[in-house]
Amino acid sequence: MSTPGPDSPSLPEPGFTPRAPAVSLPQPAQPPANGGALLRLAAAGLAVLVLAGTSLLIGVSDVPWDALLAPAEHPRAVQVLIISRVPRTLSLMLAGMSLAVAGLIMQMLARNRFVEPFTAGTAESASLGLLAVTLLAPGLPILARTAVAAGFAMAGTALFLLILRRIPLRSALVVPVVGLVLGAIFDAATTFFAYRFSLLQSLMAWTTGDFSSVLRGRYELLWGAFVLTVVAYVVADRFTVAGLGEAFTTNLGLSHPRIVALGLSIVAMVTAVVVATVGMIPFIGLVVPNVVSLIVGDNARRSIPWVAVLGAGFVLLCDIVGRVVRQPYEIPVGTVAGVVGSLAFLHLLLRRNGRVG
Amino acid sequence: MSASALQWEAPGRRLLLLGGLALFCVVVFMTVDAGGRWDFVLPFRARKVATVLLVGYAIAVSTVLFQTVVENRVLTPAIMGFDTLYLLLQTSLLFFLGSRTLASLDARLLFTVEVAIMAVFSAALHRWLFEGGRRSVHLLLLTGVVLGVLFRSLSSFLQRLIAPGEFDFLQDRFFASFNNPDPDLLLVSAVLTVGASVLGFPLLRACDVLSLGRDVAINLGVDHRRTVSRLLAVVAVLVSVSTALVGPVTFFGLLVANLAHGLVRSHRHVHVLPAAVFLAVIGLLGGQLVLERVFSFGANLRVIIEFLGGIMFISLLMRGALR
Repeated sequence: MSTPGPDSPSLPEPGFTPRAPAVSLPQPAQPPANGGALLRLAAAGLAVLVLAGTSLLIGVSDVPWDALLAPAEHPRAVQVLIISRVPRTLSLMLAGMSLAVAGLIMQMLARNRFVEPFTAGTAESASLGLLAVTLLAPGLPILARTAVAAGFAMAGTALFLLILRRIPLRSALVVPVVGLVLGAIFDAATTFFAYRFSLLQSLMAWTTGDFSSVLRGRYELLWGAFVLTVVAYVVADRFTVAGLGEAFTTNLGLSHPRIVALGLSIVAMVTAVVVATVGMIPFIGLVVPNVVSLIVGDNARRSIPWVAVLGAGFVLLCDIVGRVVRQPYEIPVGTVAGVVGSLAFLHLLLRRNGRVG
Repeated sequence: MSASALQWEAPGRRLLLLGGLALFCVVVFMTVDAGGRWDFVLPFRARKVATVLLVGYAIAVSTVLFQTVVENRVLTPAIMGFDTLYLLLQTSLLFFLGSRTLASLDARLLFTVEVAIMAVFSAALHRWLFEGGRRSVHLLLLTGVVLGVLFRSLSSFLQRLIAPGEFDFLQDRFFASFNNPDPDLLLVSAVLTVGASVLGFPLLRACDVLSLGRDVAINLGVDHRRTVSRLLAVVAVLVSVSTALVGPVTFFGLLVANLAHGLVRSHRHVHVLPAAVFLAVIGLLGGQLVLERVFSFGANLRVIIEFLGGIMFISLLMRGALR
């Protein structure tokens, strides 16, 4: 891809503003000038860094804030930071970033605003895959387990897209319903086998997004999700084009099935990595891209950095809330995100009641 | 629909067949592999059968009535988040009162209060969701599904704040199964179910009119608002009963109600309701029999129902049932 980045001032505005077809949330009338956008992105990034700093400092063991500035004076605090806090904060940001971007890609590929790994059965099929590995080949290394989970996630998502094609008179709002029900079906299958083999409790531990067990050496796989997010940024323009439809994509000389396969692979791998390392975090991929699309529109190259930054911020915030509400215990981030995310989603749905459906 | 004798006969015969099949399931369930210890086996199994009858009745009737009220065959109380609301209510009660207080209260009284709160909640929810009038079915459906997620997340949020010992207490309540129903709860449920049915029975004819659509029903002289809120109260009681007895079963009602409509080929609730109840009993008892005797699986019926019901739901959507 030779397209210059969004921040180069000489880049002309694209001649079209892509939208998802059935549901049109309002677009900004005039996309802001690139310089101003960059400034705002930097400000958002700074806010996320402040959140990350906060996330480093809270917890059971006391870490004074000046330990960050003068590490030599607080050896114990530094140890806590290196072994537990920094990995945790990093993994929160990585998971948030990659899940939010995965949601954005899915929304473009399914051409629907309400799709994300959690509302398309991707996360549930990934955990079905994890269960299958645990039962059939318990000795496999974590990387291989994740690969199998990714395979399941891809198959589940492909099934979702296949079903969508066959639903007549498709309304934008039916799409997530199908995804959620498909997820429930996978979930039923998973529960069935987990119950048979007394794995229900471990299943619950996997499926709720929880960062309390993240330590140095246990989260590094998430960097893989980060790499995938970077790949998504590099090929972003293709997703923008694919979001305009199959015919349009073919007209531009691109292979629609190939873009879809690429996008699906990225989404499935990201989801599998996140589910395998920290569990499911619902609704991030839904809420964040929708908010971003209100701010900067639907050009993937311009919106991916925003989605990544805000995704990281959202997860950090949910985790901080979960840790503060009931110190010294904590509530898993998946649960907090479930409450916050579903409320935000309902707001999104009911506020534009007149336009949707 | 004219009341000519011929048209009357076909649904009647089908009903008789379904009823016979349901009865057959009951008899087989009561007697198979008894091994001669009748004095032990019969009362023990009778309690199971009573639970199944109650739950089947509650799920079938509540789903059919709900579908009539919202004029749609794809929506069910469970898909709209009703039974997760019940779980949330249970969790919040435990959270705010503590297990010791809950255990010291009379289970029957407690259950009645819970059902009452449920009825009020669901009435409010419904006024909010359905009184808007022109809201699209899709929006309703999605809102309901997301409300379900919200209620479930809130429950698990509260569960995390509850001490582990207390949580065990709650889990016992969530995963009550057909196998060891609490006799007290069974009795209260039966009383509440009968009460709800008595309240609902005079509305059966109005239901037939309601299924013609809101405007037609009003034109034909049905007090739409009053009828609907009374029906929704009945639905709320029945949903609470079934959820309290066996926990949430999202898609079973959908399965049964749609099969019933398809099998009796009649739009009259006098036909559809009993057919749905018979089908529910056949599904639950027959399923339990097959699971226990053929696969020796025990209490996994709910998961299987969830699996099959989900598939049916998607195939309904694929056939364009949701307009």
